[in-house]
Amino acid sequence: MNMLAPRRRRLVLVGNGMAGIRTLEEILARAPDAFAITVFGAEPHGNYNRIMLSPVLAGEKRFEDIVTHDRDWYDRNGIELIAGEAVTAIDREAQVVTGAHGTMRPYDVLLLATGSNPVIIPVPGHDLPGVIGFRDIADVHTMLAVRGRAVVIGGGLLGLEAANGLARNGLATTVVHLMPTLMERQLDPVSAGLLKEDLGRRGITVLTEANTRAIHGIDRVEAVELADGTVLPADLVVMAAGIRPNTALARAAGLAVGRGVQVDDGMRSSDPAIFAVGECVEHRGAVYGLVAPLWDMAKIAADRIAGTAESEYLPAVTGTRLKVTGIDMFSAGDFTGDENCDEIVFRDAARGVHKRLVLRDDRLIGAVLYGDARDAAWYFDLIRSAADIADQRDTLVFGPNVGGADGGSGVESLPDTAEICGCNGVSKGTILAAIAEHHLTTVDAVRARTKASSSCGSCTCQVEALLKHAVGDAFAAGPAIKPVCKCTTLGHDAVRAAIRDQHLTSIPAVMRALGWSTADGCASCRPALNYYLLCAWPGANVDDSRSRFVNERMHANIQKDGTYSVVPRMWGGVTTAAELRAIADVVDKFGIPTVKVTGGQRIDLLGVRKEQLPAVWADLNAAGMVSGHAYGKALRTVKTCVGSEWCRFGTQDSTAMGIALERMTWGSWTPHKTKMAVSGCPRNCAEATIKDFGVIATEAGWDLHVGGNGGIKVRVTDLLAKVTTEAEVLEWAGAFMQLYREEAWYLERTAPWIERVGIDSVRTRLADAAQRAALHARFLQSQRHAQHDPWAERVAGAEAHEFRPLASVE
Amino acid sequence: MEAGFGTHLDWRAVGRVDEIPRLGARVVETRGGDVAVFRTADDRVFALFDRCPHKAGKLSQGIVHGSSVTCPLHAWVIGLGDGQAQAPDEGCARTVSVRVEDGRILLGLPA
Repeated sequence: MNMLAPRRRRLVLVGNGMAGIRTLEEILARAPDAFAITVFGAEPHGNYNRIMLSPVLAGEKRFEDIVTHDRDWYDRNGIELIAGEAVTAIDREAQVVTGAHGTMRPYDVLLLATGSNPVIIPVPGHDLPGVIGFRDIADVHTMLAVRGRAVVIGGGLLGLEAANGLARNGLATTVVHLMPTLMERQLDPVSAGLLKEDLGRRGITVLTEANTRAIHGIDRVEAVELADGTVLPADLVVMAAGIRPNTALARAAGLAVGRGVQVDDGMRSSDPAIFAVGECVEHRGAVYGLVAPLWDMAKIAADRIAGTAESEYLPAVTGTRLKVTGIDMFSAGDFTGDENCDEIVFRDAARGVHKRLVLRDDRLIGAVLYGDARDAAWYFDLIRSAADIADQRDTLVFGPNVGGADGGSGVESLPDTAEICGCNGVSKGTILAAIAEHHLTTVDAVRARTKASSSCGSCTCQVEALLKHAVGDAFAAGPAIKPVCKCTTLGHDAVRAAIRDQHLTSIPAVMRALGWSTADGCASCRPALNYYLLCAWPGANVDDSRSRFVNERMHANIQKDGTYSVVPRMWGGVTTAAELRAIADVVDKFGIPTVKVTGGQRIDLLGVRKEQLPAVWADLNAAGMVSGHAYGKALRTVKTCVGSEWCRFGTQDSTAMGIALERMTWGSWTPHKTKMAVSGCPRNCAEATIKDFGVIATEAGWDLHVGGNGGIKVRVTDLLAKVTTEAEVLEWAGAFMQLYREEAWYLERTAPWIERVGIDSVRTRLADAAQRAALHARFLQSQRHAQHDPWAERVAGAEAHEFRPLASVE
Repeated sequence: MEAGFGTHLDWRAVGRVDEIPRLGARVVETRGGDVAVFRTADDRVFALFDRCPHKAGKLSQGIVHGSSVTCPLHAWVIGLGDGQAQAPDEGCARTVSVRVEDGRILLGLPA
C-alpha cells in the first residue's frame, strides 16, 4: 500500500484582492487540504476591503480597519503570499507563472483575479503628476496629502465618493460629469437632482454636461479645461470615469479576451486549467463593477476548482448604495421601464425624499429610493423574488410597515429568504440561524460569523435591527459608535474595557495604549478618562486634578464673573439653628453678596472670591458642615419631605431615610451629577419621580424609582422595585449607583443611560440578589476612599496654589 | 508674543516654572489686570490676560491641553501662543510676552 500522501495540487492566484481571496476562502471551506496555494499581489499588503476606501478617504475609518486578511491569515492557512510583485507572464504550455521580480511558480490550476483599472481619459495632460485614479490605498494616500483644489472627472458612484472624501478633507472640490444628471446608471433625474443639491450643501460643486478637453500643468497638474472653455484650477485631478477589466496578462497569454477575460458559466477561461473571477472577467458579454456578483462568482469558481459541484453563474439583479455618510439612497433593477411598465412615485420635497417604483405585470422590477432608503432590503427582495404585488399596489410605495407605528427598518416583515447583505449574499434566515446557533449579541459577532454587513456596511442598520429583534435586551451595541472625543476613534465602552483589561492606571498610559491622536488629550476626554480611572481603581490615588473641570478642582461652582458659589452639605435637607447661625456669620464675615435656597433644598452662598474659599470652608467645617458637592459630577443632594414624623399623610420616615441615603452616598463620583429624593407618601412632595434615584414610601414599604430627570428633557422615573425595609432601600440604592458608575458613559445622566441600555436590563441585574450584593459591596468599597471632605483637606493646606496668585506686580 | 499696547516692555520676575503645575496655570496680578501664566506638558510657559474673548471667563481656571486652554465658562478653546479662539469661535485673548531664564519666569509687561 502506498503510504505517501497524494501530492497536493498547486493553485496559483494572480491578484490579491477581494474576489480572489474570497474564492480561496470558498475553496478552503470545501477542500481545506487539497491545494498548495500561492498568491501573487501587486500591492505590498494583505487583502483589504476596497469598497471601504471611501470611508478611509472621508476620515471615517483607518486603513487598519479595512484590512480583511493580514499576513497572519495567509500563514494560518498555509498560503504563500508574494506581495508587491505583479505577475508578468503565464506559460500555459509549462503551466508556470513568472513575476516582475523573476519569481516563478508552477500551477495545476491558475485563478486570475486581476481586477480592473480606472479608465484614464486620454486627454492632453492626462499623464501629469497629480492626475490619479481611485482604486487603491496608495491613491487614497495621494489624495490625503494634497491641499487646495480638486477636480473629480466622473459623477458616478466612485467619483462622488471620492469627491465627498476630498471635500471632507478640506479641498475645494468640483465634480465634472459628462452626462446631464449624476449617477445616471443608478438614479432617475429627480433623485439625481436631489443628490446634486445635497452635494452642494456639502460644498461640492457639480458641473454636468461637462466634457474635459485638456489637463494643464508644467511639472504637475494645475488646471482642467472643459470643452466650453471653462478653466478649473486644480491641485489634484481624480479620474473616476469608469473602470476597465485588467486583461493584459490574459491577453498576452493568448486567452480569449473581449472586454474582459472571457469565462463560461463555470468561471473557466478558454484554457481549462485557468479560471477567472471578479472585475477582470467577461461573462455572457457583461462585465462587473459591483461587489455582489463577485461573491457569487467566487462560489461557482470554488465549486468547480474543488470539484464539489457543477454550479453555474447566473447574473442577478444588483442593488447600489452611495457610501456618503448622511446621503441615504438605494437603487436596484430597471428603474426606467418601458411602455409596458407602470410607475409609482412618492415625493416629499420638504424632506428631500423621492421614491420611484417600476412595475411590470404586477411585479416590482426596479426601484430608486432617495432620502429614505430604510426599506431598501424589502423592495430588493420583492424585485429578486419577482413576487406578485397586485394586492399591495396601493401601499407599496409606503414600505412594509404601512400603518404601523414602529417605523422600524422593516426587517421583521421580510421573509427568511430575503437578502439582507447584498454584497455578500447573506439572507435574513442565515443571519437569524447564526444568531441562534452561536448566541451572537453584537453586530461584530454577526459580521464575523456570516459576513453580513462586512463589505460596504450599508446594511449594518438592518443587521442591527435583526439582532435586536432576535435577542431583545441581550443586544449589545457595536463598539465605537460614538467616539469619546476627536482625540480617538474609540467609544466609551471600549476605553473602559481597555482600562480594566490592560490594567491602565493613568491618563498618559490610557492614551499611549489606545493610540490617542493628541499628546495630552482635550477638555472632553481628560475628565472622562479621569473618571473612568477613578471608578476602575478606587483608592489607587489615580485622580488627576489637572483633568478635572474647574468646579471639581476648586470644589466650588464657578460663576459668570469668576467668583464661586459655596453649598454646604445639609443631610436630607435638615438643618439646625447652630448651622444656620454659622452660615449667617460666614455671610457677614466674608461679605458674601447673595444667599439663596437651591432646588435641592440646600443653601447656596454666591459671589465668594477664589482666595476666600479656604477661609469660608474653615468656618463652615468648624460648625460641622462639609462640602455639599453641588459642583461635581457626583452625588448632589437627597431631597426629602417631612414624612411620618410630622405630616398627617406620611406613611414612613422619609427624612431619616433621606439622611441615611445621603450618608451612604455622599462624596461618590459619578458619570454625571446624581440626585435623589425620598417622599413619605405617594403624594410625592419631594418630587422623587424626576430624580436619578427616587424613593416613595407606601403603606407596605418603599417604591424605588430610577432614571428621572427634571432638566431640559423631563423624564419620569421607571419603577425599579418595591422593597420593605430601610436596609433594602440602601442596598438597592448602592447597587444602582455602582451599576450606573461602572456602565454609563461620562456625562451621561441616568435617564439617557437607562434609555440606552433599557430599564429591563438594569432591573434584571439588580433583581439578582448576588449581583446586587456584589455591586453594593463594590460601591461601599469605593466609598471608603471617597468619603473625605475635600474642603477640610484644602483648609489643611492641600492644593494651596489653586487659591493664591503666583505673584502680584505693581 | 506681543503685549497689546506700548512698545517698551518691563520684564518682571513672577516666580518659578515649577510653581505652576504641568497642564495648569497660575495667576499674576498686574496693574493691567490678572495675567494667567500657563505651563504645558512639555514645560513651555505661556501667558495671556486672564479673560476669555467670549464672556471674560478666567482662562487660568481652564483645562490645559496641547498648547491650548479650554475656557471654563463656555468651553471656548484658546491658543496659548497667539490667544486666538479655535474655529468656529472667533476672538482673541491678549497675549503677554514670557521669558524663562534658569527656571525663573519673566513677564514682559507694558511699562
